[in-house]
Amino acid sequence: MKKIWNEAAECMPRAQLEAMQLEQLKVLVPHLYNTVPQYKAKLDAAKIDPHGIKVLSDLKYLPYTVKQDLRDAFPYKMFAAPMADIIRLHASSGTTGSISVTGYTRYDIDTWSECVARSIVAAGGEKDDIIHVAYGYGIFTGGLGLHYGAEWMGACAIPVGGGNTKRQVQFLRDLVTKGGMGCTPSYALLIAEAARELGEDPTAWPLRYGIYGAEPWSENIRTELERQLGIDAYDIYGLSEIMGPGVGFECEVKNGLHIQEDHFLFEIVDQQTGEPVPDGEYGELVITTPDKQGQPLLRYNTRDVTRVIPEPCSCGRTHRRIERVTGRTDDMIIIRGVNVYPSQIEQILMSYSEQLAPQYQVIVTKHGSMDHMEVQVELNPTFDFDEIRSLEALRAEAREAIRTTLAVNVELNIVEPHSIERTQGKAVRLIDKR
Amino acid sequence: MAQQLSVFLENAPGRLSRLARFLGDKDINMHALFVADTSDYGVARVICDKTDEAVAALREAGFSVTITEVVAVEIPDRPGALADLLDAIAAENIDISYSYCFVEPATKNAVNVFRLKDKTAAERIAAAGFRVLSDADLHA
Repeated sequence: MKKIWNEAAECMPRAQLEAMQLEQLKVLVPHLYNTVPQYKAKLDAAKIDPHGIKVLSDLKYLPYTVKQDLRDAFPYKMFAAPMADIIRLHASSGTTGSISVTGYTRYDIDTWSECVARSIVAAGGEKDDIIHVAYGYGIFTGGLGLHYGAEWMGACAIPVGGGNTKRQVQFLRDLVTKGGMGCTPSYALLIAEAARELGEDPTAWPLRYGIYGAEPWSENIRTELERQLGIDAYDIYGLSEIMGPGVGFECEVKNGLHIQEDHFLFEIVDQQTGEPVPDGEYGELVITTPDKQGQPLLRYNTRDVTRVIPEPCSCGRTHRRIERVTGRTDDMIIIRGVNVYPSQIEQILMSYSEQLAPQYQVIVTKHGSMDHMEVQVELNPTFDFDEIRSLEALRAEAREAIRTTLAVNVELNIVEPHSIERTQGKAVRLIDKR
Repeated sequence: MAQQLSVFLENAPGRLSRLARFLGDKDINMHALFVADTSDYGVARVICDKTDEAVAALREAGFSVTITEVVAVEIPDRPGALADLLDAIAAENIDISYSYCFVEPATKNAVNVFRLKDKTAAERIAAAGFRVLSDADLHA
């Protein structure tokens, strides 16, 4: 079974792809200069001739766009197309501050649908599949993004949305007679848990794959999702400022996400200096949208931390891969001067999946002038906890692993199953009370 | 072998009373209760009269509960009786994870409960001349 939706685009020879990117960029920069006053001001301030792009690497001379630019432009000041051509608005989910708006033309919606369709097919999606969409519908891009992508490749989308977990279980069991699902990985785990409580065995369902995104997740969560639901679990990456889910996706190799380079130019830059880093080194992901119409962005800094996987992928796609995003620098917390991402803690906790459930919370407080970090993780209800010494040994070991990895002391507490509040969208992993 | 309930409880005011009240409301009688605690959580070990019913009801109500196989040994309630039993267990080279005891009101005998890693421990203690109680004996 061929798992490539658009071979011409996804397997385009690099030389041809880069020539196309250069042509698009040569058109985009003058266009933004002429239509978006904020970009005119930025380019003028950087003394950039909008017609001066000669080679693709000239990209690095262009100014960055940051989240604050989008907030300053609220609501429509960065739109590069007239409202007559805008057919849809979305907004960022606002996990890290005030909202920013994005506008889409018909062409943008089609591009997005195409990108998501490729992601679904890469996960094993077929035209006669039924796809259960449990991402939130509405202003958040998850639900409609996956929905349009499923329809674009000819599958049948069920617009379930978030919430009513019992109904999710019933639909997945009864309606998805062949196909997959999409939602946040934490919600998928919640659905699996709810199914078991209702006496269901999700691994017996015909469900084949899950496309999970909108929050960083680890390889251990993949193992857990695949085991609990009896599926293949794939990561999908995107952000509403750029488009929504489908900017990047995992193929069957499950080793990094292909960025759809025929629509998104990407760079990895040093967090401090803003200079591009050598291939393979970690930095912040910066994306330019050369063929977007509604609100094209030049060098938008996503604040997501990742690296390029320089080796070509065995799936045959020529689009380069990034490593799964470990965290957003906006989610990063600084504990006694050390940078910590909740996802690093998750990685460690999930290596004890026999004893611990994949539900945790990081609580940061001040004890006097000192930062204090407490991690609460739920006990796996199937673990034989009767012998306290085995739990205490585990607790000491996991705490030591976190201390060694993060170079920060942590208080680790094992709590009762189901005691950490569940969410139906992005999981709340961090509570910073400082 | 006898069955014991182990219930995981957060170490916070009201947790143990919630458990006791719950079992009481279900008309389940506890013969023995032994709580092991750390600063953050504890495990309540319970010997009761309707083990299966109690597990089902506790799970239904969202408690984390497991059944643990323990060895319950009846000994006379007199000085030195426990020492005799422990000597015998030591002579068999059996490791004890934990132990607690209660007195049976009817017989005035003591019952000592052990969690032992060794699967053959119950047989070997019985062979050494002690009375190992079954669930039926405990609930009689």
